[in-house]
Amino acid sequence: MADRSPRRGERRGMDTLIFRTMAPYLTALMMLFSVFVLLRGHNQPGGGFIGGLIAASALAILGIANGVSAVRRALWFDPIAIAAAGLAMAALAGLLSLFADVPFMTALWAFPHILGTEVALSTPLMFDIGVYLVVTGAITTIALALEEREDD
Amino acid sequence: MEGFMAIIVGIFFTVAIYLMLSQYIIRILIGVAILGNAVNMLIFVAGRVTREAPPIIGKGAETLPATAANPLPQALILTAIVISFSFFAFLLVLAYRAYQALKTDDTHQMRLAEPEDAPPPPLGY
Amino acid sequence: MAASGIPLEALQTSFALAPVPAVHWLVIAPPVWCMLVGAILIMARKRMGLQSWLAIPALGLLALMDAGLLVAVIREGPITMVMGRWLPPFGIAFTVDLTGALFNLAAGVAALGGGVAALGDIDRTRRAYGFFPFLFLMVGGVSGAFLTGDLFNLYVWFEVLLISSFGLIVLGSEREQLDGATKYAILNLIGTTLFLIAVGILYAMFGTLNMADIAAKAPTLAPSAPMMTLGLVFVAAFSMKAAAFPVNFWLPASYHTPRIVVAGLFAGLLTKVGVYALIRVMVMMFPEEGNAYSMLIGAVAIATMLTGALGALAQADIRRMLGYMVISGIGIMLTGVSLGAQTAISGVIFYGLHSMIVMLALYLAAGVAGRMGGSFSLHDLAGLYAKSPLLSAMTLCLFLSVSGLPPFSGFWPKAMLVKAAFDFGAWWQGTALLVSGLLTTIAAARAFALGWWRMPATGAVDPMRMQASEWVPLLALTLVSLAIGLYPEPLLALTLSAANGVLDPSAYLHSVFPAGVPTP
Repeated sequence: MADRSPRRGERRGMDTLIFRTMAPYLTALMMLFSVFVLLRGHNQPGGGFIGGLIAASALAILGIANGVSAVRRALWFDPIAIAAAGLAMAALAGLLSLFADVPFMTALWAFPHILGTEVALSTPLMFDIGVYLVVTGAITTIALALEEREDD
Repeated sequence: MEGFMAIIVGIFFTVAIYLMLSQYIIRILIGVAILGNAVNMLIFVAGRVTREAPPIIGKGAETLPATAANPLPQALILTAIVISFSFFAFLLVLAYRAYQALKTDDTHQMRLAEPEDAPPPPLGY
Repeated sequence: MAASGIPLEALQTSFALAPVPAVHWLVIAPPVWCMLVGAILIMARKRMGLQSWLAIPALGLLALMDAGLLVAVIREGPITMVMGRWLPPFGIAFTVDLTGALFNLAAGVAALGGGVAALGDIDRTRRAYGFFPFLFLMVGGVSGAFLTGDLFNLYVWFEVLLISSFGLIVLGSEREQLDGATKYAILNLIGTTLFLIAVGILYAMFGTLNMADIAAKAPTLAPSAPMMTLGLVFVAAFSMKAAAFPVNFWLPASYHTPRIVVAGLFAGLLTKVGVYALIRVMVMMFPEEGNAYSMLIGAVAIATMLTGALGALAQADIRRMLGYMVISGIGIMLTGVSLGAQTAISGVIFYGLHSMIVMLALYLAAGVAGRMGGSFSLHDLAGLYAKSPLLSAMTLCLFLSVSGLPPFSGFWPKAMLVKAAFDFGAWWQGTALLVSGLLTTIAAARAFALGWWRMPATGAVDPMRMQASEWVPLLALTLVSLAIGLYPEPLLALTLSAANGVLDPSAYLHSVFPAGVPTP
């Protein structure tokens, strides 16, 4: 939102050594945990929304510790594009039932054996991953905008 | 329990309306945030607060146990929380930008779009 | 999943097991298509060239889908598609009847017109801020609201269209826009929160959110539940969304601030969603409460159209004048809602369709006038007729149409409403309709005389050309209005049967519950 002053790239976030050293590890751990929460969500507490919130807070922590530009570099894609990709994925997950002759958003399942293990793949999972991406992207966009603002 | 919760919801609405009647944008925004919470609690009470078991189908069972809480209001509230949260975030940014541009958050002075001394249309050629 | 253990009869009570005819996919196609294209446009937002090449054909396809849906509804009657096979009242259902399909088609046509006009009106910076993605998300929200058969889902679509309209209204972030957008955003958010409150109370009373289910259960519940309170909250919420008199000050405060295409789309689409929701809830779902409040709605309607018309008379800025004309139109529609008879409701639907097309076109015409004349104020605007006779001809047609004069599309619905009012014995409502029409005619005629007809004080005027992105949508929308005005029979028949479907929702109920409404 705000205009980019040349000074902003210089600031690196919070100046505490412990926090800055720990933050990348903490972020990695939280990202891993968010994926775990996302995947267990079908039959147990968890899911895309809460997983996405965890992922977004992981990125927010990285942003506080190492600065917003570090997060943008680490993400590679623009967070709003990630959210859009999630939206498209969720919509496509619903549309897949077009080919199965069932109403919109009906759950479709496949159980392929990969490396000797049965893997349950389904359109609800695809939809949930879409939700995960939407929440991660949207909340990260807001969080980064607010963190950038603090430098003004 | 519902009676007690209803009173709490009423207090939330009172506070929200009081704040929204203010002339300063920031107070209005806080009022809007509290209003959102009041509505969420209203929906929660609407789903009856009597049971404590989470609405999850256990292993081997085909249906919810009869003691489970009503899951629908929780789904509705989750949706409403997400929506009100994102709206509040947007409104905060908007109010901040408006404050930067207009140098005021007093609604009495925010007359840029509707100037007080706008001339009436011409009466003839 | 573990479907094997459950007997088939048990499954049939909760799942839709019949295969879905391909045509029924049109029910969910418009909102899903908008979301999908919106998402793709966000991902491709750095490719400026690609945006318009993707957006305009996608909008064209959307209008085709909407037209296909209308044809399907005319052939089959109301169509329902349930989400994820879960049968109503538990699953979310999209149910489209004639009213929803008609409004949806008009929204699609208006979106296409607005999208083409945006090619010229929205510059590169504003496109980079995401004009087209926001447009698609807003149109998706609007069509979702017209097509859904679930009350909470309707609330969600309201919020979808609201948040994308926030994105559109601040596009460019000029100071005036920020001022208008703050008021627009806060007051509209309070309006939708009121709607959510009503949904919460309704859920506490009915235990269901499916519109057909509620419509079926309302008569049995009426003696024992606070239905009038519920009805009043709904009326308040939708009046705020529709910009009815005491709660409409957000509209004139904001609609003249964004780019002209955005203002036109808002004027065409957003307030009509509020009127549609009012019809759906107070006429179809709670007819008794709607009747009981008809006096209140009628009084609000008169205040709305008269203050709107007087406001239009008092404005020197043509964009602000148009904002007040939108409000006056809302009052006209609310009059029909309060009358409640079949001709009145069909007049409301007809007027809504006409207003979506004509208000957008009027804003586009005002935008061209502002560009050619260098100002939107009637003090400075002059000589537009000498500059561009084509623009003047189209503007005159649109002004006559919005004033409700023949042979344009505004005449027929107004005639129906006036006739319904006098038939009903509500002479005061009929008189108010005629007076507001007179005031609107005066305001429009004065604007035309000053801005278009009058020669500037300096004398000589050079003719100017309209760009293709200006005259193509303007001419198309004007011709639609003229065509409806000259040959209203088909639309008249459609709106009459649409009104019938709202007043007697048995076909709607049958579409949602083919085996009869379940009893608790």
